[in-house]
Amino acid sequence: MPLNHMPLLRRCAMIALALACGGAGAAEVTVSAAASLSNAFTELGRAYEAHHPADTIVFNFAASDLLLRQIEQGAPADVFASADEVTMDRAAAAKLIDAATRRPFATNALVLIVGAGTNAPGTLRDLEDKAYARIAIGNPDSVPAGRYARQALSDAGLWDALQARLVPAQNVRQALDYVARGEAQAGFVYATDAALQKDKVQVALTVPTAAAVSYPIAVTKATRQAQAARAFVAFVVSAEGQSVLKSHGFSAASP
Amino acid sequence: MPADALTPLLLTLKVAALATLLATAGGVLCARLLGRTRSIARDLGESLLTLPLVLPPTVLGYYLLVLLGRNGVIGAWLLEHFGVTLIFTWQGAVIAAAIAAFPLILRAARAAFGDVDSSLEQAARTLGLRESAVFFRITLPLAWRGVVAGALLAFARAMGEFGATLMVAGSLPGRTQTLALAIYDAVAAGDDARAATLVWISIGVAVVALVAAAQLLRRGAPQ
Repeated sequence: MPLNHMPLLRRCAMIALALACGGAGAAEVTVSAAASLSNAFTELGRAYEAHHPADTIVFNFAASDLLLRQIEQGAPADVFASADEVTMDRAAAAKLIDAATRRPFATNALVLIVGAGTNAPGTLRDLEDKAYARIAIGNPDSVPAGRYARQALSDAGLWDALQARLVPAQNVRQALDYVARGEAQAGFVYATDAALQKDKVQVALTVPTAAAVSYPIAVTKATRQAQAARAFVAFVVSAEGQSVLKSHGFSAASP
Repeated sequence: MPADALTPLLLTLKVAALATLLATAGGVLCARLLGRTRSIARDLGESLLTLPLVLPPTVLGYYLLVLLGRNGVIGAWLLEHFGVTLIFTWQGAVIAAAIAAFPLILRAARAAFGDVDSSLEQAARTLGLRESAVFFRITLPLAWRGVVAGALLAFARAMGEFGATLMVAGSLPGRTQTLALAIYDAVAAGDDARAATLVWISIGVAVVALVAAAQLLRRGAPQ
């Protein structure tokens, strides 16, 4: 009976060969990007692919620190975009990125959100009210949004007092989800995240941060698609890339 | 053992043990209800009850979050009548782990009940035992090894539960952060030393549990 299967096998082999050959000259660029960038970058990727039909952009969205850990352990990422300079500094110190390609490409704002239609605190200090029984925050050990929030709460002298009520999230979008579902009464996310769930959460206040919420991007050292990776980075900072980011609520990088 | 590793260990043991108890009670009951005869309807029932094992844990977590959450059907009812919230609590983690482990017990118990010689059950009935007595005095004692083997698998599954637990109970250090979640957090935060410690503890607990169960089963084996 094996003969009966031959045509099918041969067809499969030819398809596989065709796919492999079609890959010549085309590049698949893997972009590891902060969770807060997922909507904006997905659109950016599509726009980039429209300009470079031969290239494919593959995204890996997670908390910045986790992405860094993956790259450290040899994950095949070509471009790294983190939600804070601290994480990118660590990537640079570990010689994981091509420092010459690093540049800030957007800024964001940290906001305190509460469920839509609930009492909004006027200041951070109002969070001491027992009504805010659960406060969602990105885990400061691995999530930049959580680090910004921890800094702000420490500066306000509230970090220790609120400790027992904090619900650490794996990434900023999980913190958003906790508040949107009403499981947490308040949470710290970026302004761009809050805008995604306008009907379920409201922004109580913009949290002042000691350092600006700046997003850096860089090509990784280990990339095998350096040319396409650089082209993608260039696209992100181009006028078209910036307008996509702006449409998702990000601001231009501070000079 | 570092003190900050003891907390997730004890929590994991507590959650996994309670989840195994819940899953065993539910699994044995459902296996009994499904009976020993096979039919399309019963196979369909068993398949539906096995879904938690087949579906990704995140799907399970999502539905549990939707049902048990503040705005969920069950969650809202619990909150209104008892003031109980399950989200972000270790009790929520128990429920997530129990449901994830349940199909393992169900399958093992159903197979074990099927292997019991039905003439023994018939004999008990002719001697006037009620159905419940037949089950507890004849079927269950004859099938216990299969049920224990299933419970062991369930315990292992419950100990390793990650996806659904994370979504339902969160990862609150000291409160809902089990070993699996603590390891994930340690890796994400770049704390390799802590991750390694927790991994070794997990391996130790798993080996002890497996050896203990093997001993127990051997001692109960017919000579």
